[in-house]
Amino acid sequence: MASHDSSYVPGSAVEKWLDERLPVIRWSKTHLLDFPTPKNLNYWWTFGGILAVMLVVQIITGIILAMHYTPNVAMAFDSVEHIRRDVNGGRIIQAVHAVGASMFFFAVYVHIFRGLFFGSYKAPREILWILGVLIFVLMMATAFMGYVLPWGQMSFWAATVITNIFAAIPVVGTPVLELLRGGFAVDNATLNRFFSLHYLLPFVIAAVVVLHIWALHVPGNNNPTGVDVKSSRDTLPFHPYFTMKDLFAILVFMIPFAWFVFFAPDLLGHPDNYVMANSQVTPAHIVPEWYFLPFYAILRAIDFNILFIDSKLGGVIFFAGSILVLFFVPWLDTSKVRSGTFRPMFKWFYALFVVNFVLLAYLGASPADANVLGLSVADFSKVCTAYYFLYFFVVLPVLGRIETPKPLPASISESVLGQPAAAE
Amino acid sequence: MIMKTTKTLFGALALGLAMMMSPVSAAESGHSVPEITKQSWTFGGVFGTFDRMQLQRGFQVFKEVCASCHSANLLAFRNLAEPGGPEFTEGQVKALAAEYQIADAGVEGGARAGVAADRWPAPFANEQEARAANGGAMPPDFSVIAKARTTTQPFPWWILNYVTAYSEGGPDYMHALLLGYEETPPEGVEIPDGKYYNHYFPGHAIGMPPPLSDGAVDYGDAENGSTVPETADQYARDVSAFLMWVAEPHLVARKEAGFGVMLFLFLFAGVMYLVKRRLWANAH
Repeated sequence: MASHDSSYVPGSAVEKWLDERLPVIRWSKTHLLDFPTPKNLNYWWTFGGILAVMLVVQIITGIILAMHYTPNVAMAFDSVEHIRRDVNGGRIIQAVHAVGASMFFFAVYVHIFRGLFFGSYKAPREILWILGVLIFVLMMATAFMGYVLPWGQMSFWAATVITNIFAAIPVVGTPVLELLRGGFAVDNATLNRFFSLHYLLPFVIAAVVVLHIWALHVPGNNNPTGVDVKSSRDTLPFHPYFTMKDLFAILVFMIPFAWFVFFAPDLLGHPDNYVMANSQVTPAHIVPEWYFLPFYAILRAIDFNILFIDSKLGGVIFFAGSILVLFFVPWLDTSKVRSGTFRPMFKWFYALFVVNFVLLAYLGASPADANVLGLSVADFSKVCTAYYFLYFFVVLPVLGRIETPKPLPASISESVLGQPAAAE
Repeated sequence: MIMKTTKTLFGALALGLAMMMSPVSAAESGHSVPEITKQSWTFGGVFGTFDRMQLQRGFQVFKEVCASCHSANLLAFRNLAEPGGPEFTEGQVKALAAEYQIADAGVEGGARAGVAADRWPAPFANEQEARAANGGAMPPDFSVIAKARTTTQPFPWWILNYVTAYSEGGPDYMHALLLGYEETPPEGVEIPDGKYYNHYFPGHAIGMPPPLSDGAVDYGDAENGSTVPETADQYARDVSAFLMWVAEPHLVARKEAGFGVMLFLFLFAGVMYLVKRRLWANAH
């Protein structure tokens, strides 16, 4: 596991005794303190640490909430309200958990888009990237099931709409749908299994995070130049340099987090979720949480049949494909240069990809029959969906062949010393 | 050459996108519900707290007008004495609770006088009874209604809500709704018998008759001698504020905690910035 030699010398007889049996202190020193980290990492790289903190925040608040929550269709809605009203500090714990989900996703999107720009998925970090995408998928499943638990109108209808997606799969669709729901419709059985899985999955995520960090510690961090670490002059020990820098970034990240928790805990949610679930009343406008909107827009964009594939299945294929394609990015991008900084054409296509992703989110939130600058949401979504896939299947493979990258710095330390302004 | 073309191309695209995002999408303007203007609330914004006297007046409106049809199942009498709310005295709350008969299968006769720990008794025993008494419409429960309703702003403006921490959409909506009745519906709008025309209700045909009119609730004289106007607008304001408190009873405590947390975070982040800068000063 270690990619460099340990400098640990047991300081006492007890430590020596322990080191010969279970070298946890040696391991911690190697991986948590001494780990050589490129010294030019910018603040985009602090989001890994932020995400680790967010996972812990969600697990701790979630465990406390589960102590007071009742997973039953008749009582779930009131039990969440009971937490907000009657449990000591419950209003804040519940708000931290709900707002925390949004902050968690915000951080993960920054983290993913940082990886996409600086080519952090390229050899030898493919497994690291794949594990990251796996964490993202698990997060989406966890967040979706968590959103169902308060059993408001949006919870219920999101559960209905999203589980319905699976019914489009040929042959196994209906059995899978019934397995997910625990019956023919979203009901008590659904709520119970979602609660159970919502409690389980965060620990699965934590396990994959361990693998993710393991896979990070074999090749070490990528860095803004994308140039490999060449000597010890290029790196600094993780502690104290990056622990302190990350801690600063985490605290800054906590400020907007606290802003929402204490001053506008419901602003990121939907008012309809303060109405108890009712299978007889469909909300006028069912929208998922903001962090699912880009993918929801892709799902809705396919409203036409493709040959023998009907629009519903087509939507599901594109929806699933938009996430699955991320697993293959390491092999779709043919450029040998990692960092987008040195790729003059890639930069622009990447910027457009980011804008396109935000646009997809906007379209996902708009009613299907609306217009955005004379173009219907349906047509606009098709254009944006097309670019989303073109980026992965055409832009990334082709650019690597036709683009002339700028000259790379000889080493990380050269790039740092050459640009004192960026030596933050 | 290629570079220049790509730059021009993307520049044009970016410009196009910027232009497209600025006008309001037809989606919002397509709704026939007129936009609701934001009101000024004492509990609005980061520094807002409830006005105790307003909550007491709002409670009076709720008790004398709304509560004859609407339940508030999560509101307990004791809440009315808790800090951050209307803050009636414990004696007042006990006396108030005793005025009500609470269904209790464990006592002789099946009902007893209320105590402070009881929840606010619902006006109807069940949904069927409520609908039967209200022309088929179900008066919604008021426990969290202030958070279950909101107003919408067209595209660029809602972004401001995140900066101002706008959380008063519910009271804004309720205030508008309570005053949004029109005796004769606009031309071409058919309102079924037993329904009323309201500008702000989705679909405009609301089952609730106009509940407030000037002078309907007697506020008496305020403690400090100044009299509060007994107008429908004032009643709507007061009861909307009260329902916000019912939905968010710990609003004041939550914001107070927020100031401590924010101060701590800013100071700690500032210190950590200095630590980081000092540490990295000779790292290169």
